[in-house]
Amino acid sequence: MINVTIDNKHIQVEPGTTILKAARQAGIDIPTLCYFELAGMKFENKPGGCRVCVVEVVKDFNGKPRRNLAPACATDCVEGMEVLTHSPRVINARKTVVELILSDHPNDCLQCEKSGDCELQTLAQKLGIREIPFKGAQSTYRKDQTLSVMRDVDKCVMCRRCETMCNTVQSVGALSAINRGFNAVVAPAFEMNLAESSCVNCGQCVQVCPVGALTLVDNISDVMKAINDPTKTVVVQTAPAVRVALGEEFGMEPGTIVTGKMAAALRQLGFDYVFDTDWSADLTIMEEGTELLGRVKKFLNGEKTALPLFTSCCPGWVSFYEKNFPDLLDYPSTAKSPQQMFGAVAKNYFAQKIGVKREDMVVVSIMPCLAKKSECARDEFKVNGNPDVDFSLTTREFAHMIKQCNIDLNNLPEEDFDSPLGQSTGAAVIFGATGGVMEAAVRTAYEVYTGKPLANIDLEVVRGLEGMKEATVDFNGLPVHVGVCYGLANARKMMEEVRNGNPRGFHFIEVMACPGGCIGGAGQPYHHGNSDIIRKRMEATYREDAGKPIRKSHENPDIIAIYKEYYGEPCGHLSHEQLHTHYFDKSQHVEACGE
Amino acid sequence: MATIKLSESKINFIKDVCKSFGNKGGEVINVLHKVQGEFGYLPKEVQEVVALELNIPVSRVYGIVSFYSFFTMTPKGEYPISVCLGTACYVRGAEKVLDELKRQLGIEVGEVTPDGKFSLTVLRCVGACGLAPVIEVGDKVYGRMTPDRVKEVLAEYK
Repeated sequence: MINVTIDNKHIQVEPGTTILKAARQAGIDIPTLCYFELAGMKFENKPGGCRVCVVEVVKDFNGKPRRNLAPACATDCVEGMEVLTHSPRVINARKTVVELILSDHPNDCLQCEKSGDCELQTLAQKLGIREIPFKGAQSTYRKDQTLSVMRDVDKCVMCRRCETMCNTVQSVGALSAINRGFNAVVAPAFEMNLAESSCVNCGQCVQVCPVGALTLVDNISDVMKAINDPTKTVVVQTAPAVRVALGEEFGMEPGTIVTGKMAAALRQLGFDYVFDTDWSADLTIMEEGTELLGRVKKFLNGEKTALPLFTSCCPGWVSFYEKNFPDLLDYPSTAKSPQQMFGAVAKNYFAQKIGVKREDMVVVSIMPCLAKKSECARDEFKVNGNPDVDFSLTTREFAHMIKQCNIDLNNLPEEDFDSPLGQSTGAAVIFGATGGVMEAAVRTAYEVYTGKPLANIDLEVVRGLEGMKEATVDFNGLPVHVGVCYGLANARKMMEEVRNGNPRGFHFIEVMACPGGCIGGAGQPYHHGNSDIIRKRMEATYREDAGKPIRKSHENPDIIAIYKEYYGEPCGHLSHEQLHTHYFDKSQHVEACGE
Repeated sequence: MATIKLSESKINFIKDVCKSFGNKGGEVINVLHKVQGEFGYLPKEVQEVVALELNIPVSRVYGIVSFYSFFTMTPKGEYPISVCLGTACYVRGAEKVLDELKRQLGIEVGEVTPDGKFSLTVLRCVGACGLAPVIEVGDKVYGRMTPDRVKEVLAEYK
C-alpha cells in the first residue's frame, strides 16, 4: 500500500491506483468527461484526452511540486504524493478546458436530444461557464443515421468512449477515430454510412456517448400519429427489462419495479391493447426449448446436428453473427425474438380474433434496445410490406412520451395487462438479465425432457454480472453443458471456440450484446457508467421473478391455451411458419476480378 | 454479402505482405507501408483486404491511413512531383514555384492530372538546402527552381 494525500485527506491505496480512483475511494469527486468506467464489467476508457480531470500535484515522488497539472485518470499515485483537486490553478485550467471544448460545440442545448442527460452540459453548469472567450472554426460534418443510431458528430468531443465500446467491448469495429487535428472525428471506415458498415445497431455507443453526438432514432411522433388515427387498432408490448428501469426517468431509485404503473401509463397514452412481451418470451421458451431438445436428441442418436444452440433473442447479436460467422448460420435458434413473436401472434392470431385487418393494426413495442428498431424493419418480418411490429420505442422514448402527455407516473394507480397476450411467468421476466433466457429455458426443457418437476428452479450459477459463465445442469443423468455471455467480444470468443470444434462441449449458449443483458441495453435510461444501476435493475428482475405465482413458461395458462387453440404444438407446422425465421450471410468477402 | 473486387495478383501481393508480417494486427503500419510502396497509394479495396488478412476492423485501417500524412488514398501520377516547402526553399520562393506548377498542371496539392501523368505533393526538406528552392520529379532533383523554369522541366516528361 502507498500513502497519498488528496485535498489534505490522507489515504492508503494499492500501487498502480490512479489519482482519480484514489480520490473516488476517499469520497472526493474529480470531474471527468472522456473517462468512462463500468466497474466490475471490464470496461474502462481512459484516453487521457479531454484534460477535464487535471489536478495539481504539490508534492511528487521527489518531494517537489510537479510543474504541469496532471490528468487524474492517467496518473498513478506514488508514495508520499500530495494532490489538490480544486486549487485556483486547477479550477482555472479546468474552466479553460471546458471553454475550449465548448468553443467548437453547437449551441443548441435547448433542442438537443441529450439535454438534461448531457455530461458536457452538466460540467459547464457545475463549473459555472458563462461565456466562451474563444472564437474559431466550427466543425461541419454531415449527419448520418441507421434505423437505430443517429450520428451528429459536430457535437463529438473526441472522448472516444464509443470507439472503445465498439472495438474493445463489442469487437464490432464499425467506429474509429479518423483524420487528425481539427478534422479528427469518429467515423466508420472511408466515412461510409454507418448503416453500410460493420455496425450491428447494438447502440452501446449511444449509451456511453457523453454528449448528443450519438443518439437514438426517435419514433415517438410515428407512434403518436398511429394512436390518434381512429382507423388504427394500436397494440403495445413491453419488454421485460423496461419495468425495472423506467422508474429512473421519474426520479425513482434504480431497481424500482413499475410494471403496474407502466401498464396504466400505456393505457392513458391511448394504446388500445396493453400487452406484454413477457408473454411472448414464454412463447419463445416453448419454441426454443423444444428446438434445443430436438437437437440434443439428434446429437445423442449420433445424427448430424448443429450444437451448441445459440439463443437468438438479441437482434444486435443476430446481426453480429450474420456479419461475422456466416459459416455458422445453422447454429442459432431459428425461433424469432420475443418482440417478433409477439408481432406475429398479434397480426395473425389476435387480429383475426378481434376481427381487425392486418393493415389496420399497428403493433408498437417498448424495448430497452436500439437494435430492435432495426430488427422490426427486416424484410422477413413483413407480410406484403406490412411489418409484424410497426414501431419499436426505447425505454427513454417511452419516458419522453409519458412526460410529453403530462402523465404523473409516480402517482398512477397500478393496473394489469390486457388478456390474452398479457399474462406471463417469472421465467419471462428474467429474459431481461444476462443468463435469464438460459435459466428460463432450463426450467422448461428440464421438465419436458425428464417429465419430472425441477427441484430448485433458481439456477444461481448462470446469474450475475460475470461476462462469461458456464455451468452443467443434470437432466436426470444427461449432463447439459450451458454457456452464458454478454458483450459481443465475449460472444466472438465463444463463437470462435465453437468454430474450432467446441472443445468444452457446450450444448446451449446464451448471448446478449449489452452489458448485463437487456437491463443494460442502449435504449435504457443512461447509466453514465454507474454499474450499480445495472446491478440494481438485475436484482429487481429476480425479485419480480420470485414474486410471480407461476415461474415456468410451460405452465403459463395463456401459452397452453394458444397452443391448444391455434398453434397445435411447439415447433409444429404453423409455429414454424409464424414463429421461426432464418438467417443470412451478411459478411464481406474478397473476390478476384480480371484486370 | 458485400464483395471486394481486386485483381488476383494484387490480392496475392497484399496477402504475401501480410503473411511476411505474421498476419499480426500490430504490424498494420508496416504492412501499409509496403503495400503503398508497391501500388503507390492505398485505395479502399486494398485497405479492406489488409483488414481481412490482419483480422482487424477496416475502420481501424482507415483510421491509420487517414491519420498519417505519408499514407494516401489518391493514386500517384506516372511522374510524381514533390515541392519542398522546408524553411530554406520557402524563403527562396518555393511557394511561387508551387503556384506555377498548380497553374500549369491544373491540379491542387494531393491531386493527379486527368491523364495520370503528374501528381503533386509537398514535403519538408530533401536535404539539398544549398540548391533551394528544390523540386523532385520522380527520383530526379531540380535545384534553384523558378516559376519560369517550370515549363521547361515539365516538357522533359511530355
